[in-house]
Amino acid sequence: MTLEGVTNSPQNLPEASHEPQFRPNLQSRYRWEICFKVATIAALTIAIVVLAWLMLDVLINGLGSLNWNFLTSFPSRKPEEAGILAALAGTGWVMLLVAIFSFPIGVGAGLYLEEFSDDTWFARLVEINISNLAGVPAIIYGLLGLTAFVLIAGDWTGGRSILTGALTLTLLTLPIIIVAAREALRAVPNSIRQAGYALGGNRWQIIWSHTLPAAFPGILTGMILALSRAIGETAPLIVIGALTFVPFLPEGPRAPFTVLPIQIYNWVSRPQKEFHDVAAAGIIVLLVVLLMMNSVAILLRNRFQQVR
Amino acid sequence: MPVETPLPRSTNLWQANYRSAKAVEIVVQLICGLCAVISVATTVGIIGTLIFETIEFFKEVPLWRFLTDTRWTPLFASKQFGILVLISATLLTSAIAIFVAVPIGLLSAIFLSEYASPAIRKIFKPLLEVLAGIPSVVFGYFALLTVTPFLQKMFDLVRTPIEIPAGLSFLPFTHYYEPDYFLELPFPYLEGFNALSAGLVLGISITPLVASLSEDALYSVPQSLRDGAYALGATKREAITAVVMPAALSGIVASVILAISRAVGETMIVTLAAGQNPTLGFNPFVPVMTMTAYIVQVSLGDTAVGTLSYKTIFAVGMTLFLMTLTLNLFSFWFVRRFRERYE
Repeated sequence: MTLEGVTNSPQNLPEASHEPQFRPNLQSRYRWEICFKVATIAALTIAIVVLAWLMLDVLINGLGSLNWNFLTSFPSRKPEEAGILAALAGTGWVMLLVAIFSFPIGVGAGLYLEEFSDDTWFARLVEINISNLAGVPAIIYGLLGLTAFVLIAGDWTGGRSILTGALTLTLLTLPIIIVAAREALRAVPNSIRQAGYALGGNRWQIIWSHTLPAAFPGILTGMILALSRAIGETAPLIVIGALTFVPFLPEGPRAPFTVLPIQIYNWVSRPQKEFHDVAAAGIIVLLVVLLMMNSVAILLRNRFQQVR
Repeated sequence: MPVETPLPRSTNLWQANYRSAKAVEIVVQLICGLCAVISVATTVGIIGTLIFETIEFFKEVPLWRFLTDTRWTPLFASKQFGILVLISATLLTSAIAIFVAVPIGLLSAIFLSEYASPAIRKIFKPLLEVLAGIPSVVFGYFALLTVTPFLQKMFDLVRTPIEIPAGLSFLPFTHYYEPDYFLELPFPYLEGFNALSAGLVLGISITPLVASLSEDALYSVPQSLRDGAYALGATKREAITAVVMPAALSGIVASVILAISRAVGETMIVTLAAGQNPTLGFNPFVPVMTMTAYIVQVSLGDTAVGTLSYKTIFAVGMTLFLMTLTLNLFSFWFVRRFRERYE
């Protein structure tokens, strides 16, 4: 540890020196002090300003195209007729299925790690595995989904279908949900479990009647945040072969589909300026959905914190 | 193990059914264990898939060509498979992103943790978390349609010839046009797709991640360490750079490595803004093609299963996976090695 001006070791100086050996040099240090503080404020300002620029840019370009027609019509070759209905329906289907699949699996794995398992090799393996999975790029999950759900289980999932997309995104969100479930379970005070044991319940009875209800808001918050990450995922769904032009509503989980971010990607990558404005309108819809999910999560978290 | 009740059964209306309760518990435990197995199976599936298809790929293309070719043209008639071309583009965009994200993110974290009042911190911390969740396709839109035109205007502005008096014609970069001398800087031309704006926006997109995680690390350094530094006569900046930051080093480095691995695996920003043109080199002003952009390009086309170009995306995916895995393992090692624990 070096403090400038403080630890200039005096041993090196000649012994007979009568000059003061320690120079606080306060003026220049205070000047540095101010520079540093200004730099930190500037950094945060730059980050916020750029992100505000992004938001404003999207709003200015997109609001013109955003109307009821846009929400209720199918994509079109003419930008003024293009709509987002098929993508909204696809996103809704995929999110619903992801929630149905990932909630029980995530909570189950969280319960296993937090409540059932001792510190065995298997528990540690799962733990290391989860933190590793969280660092795998999303597009790699797409390659897994392509092989596992399109090629191997294609007869069952219907190939490049909503079900395939939902299963792929489920695997992608599982690490997040498991971590959130574990944190929520860990936050339940041990006294609650012990009170249950004192009444003669066994482990599962106490989990079901006490621990899970107490941890539920926390788990739900983590679940919503995980879904809000999944809703913006584009790359894995492109890899498993979601379509970019879908002029129909999906009939069921085995139907081909598109989702909001893919539709936006498609519009952005077209050369015409008009489609870029349509893309901005699509981005506004996506961000509004995200904002609603995040506010529900924050509301839940605040309510949860007040109760405890 | 069933436990016998000590009371005579006939006198009790209520009877504890230990056996079925135990059976339910065991079944539930098994189901939960299976859920945990699914997450392990995911890893096994990822590695298995990548290895299987990569081996298939290397049956057709020798490894040394994959590593030493200097062009990447698997979709053309004359096929070349120089992965270095894609890696160089990925490294270029990621490096630009890190140069943006680390200073801005770290300084923002220092401000929020050390200088900001609790009220300001309470506003900006959740805001950062929300910003970290903006989908990457939104940033892709921003990079391609806003930042690139803006940078092009800036570049043109610098390149605009400036009229100078004839007497100063000895200056470098001056040209004689009728009827005057002009000073024209040899500034590069920015193409519509380029690694520069993709990298810059990629950096902005991972800044909230760096800021949020580094702030957690800085904030958890105990106050007593700062007080100790002040007692030795340190100013606030000295306390931060010499005491607080070293104490939070493992967390800061972990956040930076996570950001790098996010930047390497990021797909939509680089696909949209950096272009689809595989070129070897580190020129940030021309279109390049990253590894992720190649996977997207092949996936969007109609590529039949089992063809060579289908196998290439798995070989590229394997390379990407190995890169991020190395980063993650390094991060685990670093955190375990350098973590400071405080009571």
